[in-house]
Amino acid sequence: MNILVCVKRVPQTGGRIVLTPDGQSIDTRFLGHTISPHEECGVEEAVRIVEKEGGTSAVLTLGPAEAEEQLRDAMAIGIDRAILLETGGTEWDPVSTAGVIAETIEAQEATNGEFDLLLFGNEAADTGDYQIGVRVAVALGRPVINGIKEIWFSDDRREVLARREAPGGGWETFDLPLPAVLGVKEGLNLPRYPSVPGRLRAKKKEIERVALGASPSGALGLGAGEDAAGIDSAIPGPTKLRLRLPAEERTAAEVIGRGPEAAPAVVDLLERIGVVAR
Amino acid sequence: MSGAVVAFVEHAGGEADRLSLEALALARGLAKLLGKPLDAVVLGSQGEAVARRLGSHGVGLAHTASDARLDDFAPAAWAASIRDVIERRSPAAIVAAGSERGNEVLAHVGACSGWPMAANVVEVTPGDSWKLTRQRWAGSLLEDAALDAPVRLLTVAPHAVAVDPLNTSAPAPTITRFEPELEPADLVARVVGREAKTSAGVSLTDAKVVIGGGRGVGSAAGFAQLEQLASLMNGAVGGSRVVTSLGWRPHSDQIGQTGLRIAPDLYVACGISGAIQHIVGCKAAKRILAINTDPDSPIMAVADYAVIGDLNSIVPAITAEIERRREAGRPST
Repeated sequence: MNILVCVKRVPQTGGRIVLTPDGQSIDTRFLGHTISPHEECGVEEAVRIVEKEGGTSAVLTLGPAEAEEQLRDAMAIGIDRAILLETGGTEWDPVSTAGVIAETIEAQEATNGEFDLLLFGNEAADTGDYQIGVRVAVALGRPVINGIKEIWFSDDRREVLARREAPGGGWETFDLPLPAVLGVKEGLNLPRYPSVPGRLRAKKKEIERVALGASPSGALGLGAGEDAAGIDSAIPGPTKLRLRLPAEERTAAEVIGRGPEAAPAVVDLLERIGVVAR
Repeated sequence: MSGAVVAFVEHAGGEADRLSLEALALARGLAKLLGKPLDAVVLGSQGEAVARRLGSHGVGLAHTASDARLDDFAPAAWAASIRDVIERRSPAAIVAAGSERGNEVLAHVGACSGWPMAANVVEVTPGDSWKLTRQRWAGSLLEDAALDAPVRLLTVAPHAVAVDPLNTSAPAPTITRFEPELEPADLVARVVGREAKTSAGVSLTDAKVVIGGGRGVGSAAGFAQLEQLASLMNGAVGGSRVVTSLGWRPHSDQIGQTGLRIAPDLYVACGISGAIQHIVGCKAAKRILAINTDPDSPIMAVADYAVIGDLNSIVPAITAEIERRREAGRPST
């Protein structure tokens, strides 16, 4: 099995989001970065599949030069090689992102052979666009299903079986002929921590870099050229204008006590709001 | 060219899905701003019965396709059906619920047509260029964006728009039956197997009381005291992402952006600092009680009530107090 997993570098936001003064991005000066959570599971799954089935694994990201860090994290737990589509730091809209990823996959496959399986996160933690994997799959003419929390293969290894949670509980199974595309969710597996030798190995590996520059739709400009970054006739967007924080809905908590001595006051509260019978 | 606003309505058991009713409410407001009709697309053998009851949500015309191959989730086939309606109706916008399915189906429509799609929208302002506000980080951040395309594709963020009250005197919509042309490729990704829910007891999404544990619980074994307290209130126990990443609880118990969004009457956050990832999963709770050693932790900014101190002594004390009062048979004052 040859697997490609596509990941996104996202800030570790912790307890509070702080925006840059121009409202165009999150102020990340004091934040670390990570692979978006669903995609961390995609990376782990790609490594497990190749460990079990043989073949090779690759990781791809579109992002700033610093996204090298996330590619090395993926290689530290066992991904074989990495491709970085370098943006120069501005955010790309989902249509343009999917277009250039699909093009890159075609070029990669022309050189290295077909990927049996492309793994995407169900949605990126930051932008939450819910569409990159589907757009890439449609561009490549491959079947795709999202929301996947379990993956296995048919006995003849020509199909991938995948399960997602059904609305209201229970599971639904899908059966796609390979090559196929899956959007995965956290809970698919429990990603391992990289070992020290793994980190050292990852440090020495080459990363294939492709310079893209700014987004074809630009920061504010609409309807970019049709041939920008190979996006044929697709219309880019949505176009980000600005980010803002939602209005705070709650006020400071009422402290009802300290330590175990607060128990009677807590139970009074539970009785008052009706979750414990008086 | 109708310029209509077309809502895609998901349904189960003969009833329109709650999130789809929220999407209909936003679509109805949009149609009003545009001065255009509100249509609905309802798929599957039950679709027509569901569509007949959408008049009270402002739907004048409903497009129904009763093809049984559309009964189960088949995103490419559902998208092909919506594209069929787009071709015949030339609407201004397609509006779907920001559910897992709604987002996936509209992504297919966008991909096949080469149009952009905006997920989890909370507000739209039509004009020469359409302006909208959508959620990022599951709602901890808002993005103002422009969306321009022959047909605007958007999904509506869950629980961000109120469902319109029922108007039972509204006439049933006109029904237009259609038969979408489905290619074999549209039906490759479809449900081939199904497993019912197996877990016993009240689920995290249904429970009126949820007790959540974070790193402060200290270990998998430490959750026993949370379970014990929850059982006294017919509640359910969940955890933060830290807890499921450490393997202290299964991922299916995770409350947060990459887990479950809950909306109980009371959420008790024990030893949870309150990372954004977690807050977006529990902020729909009517009341939040935080038990934490750190009075300055971010959870305090969203909690209504707080007890400062170590949950490992406080939670058993609360359990003991409830049991003591039950045995005494009367509330202490």
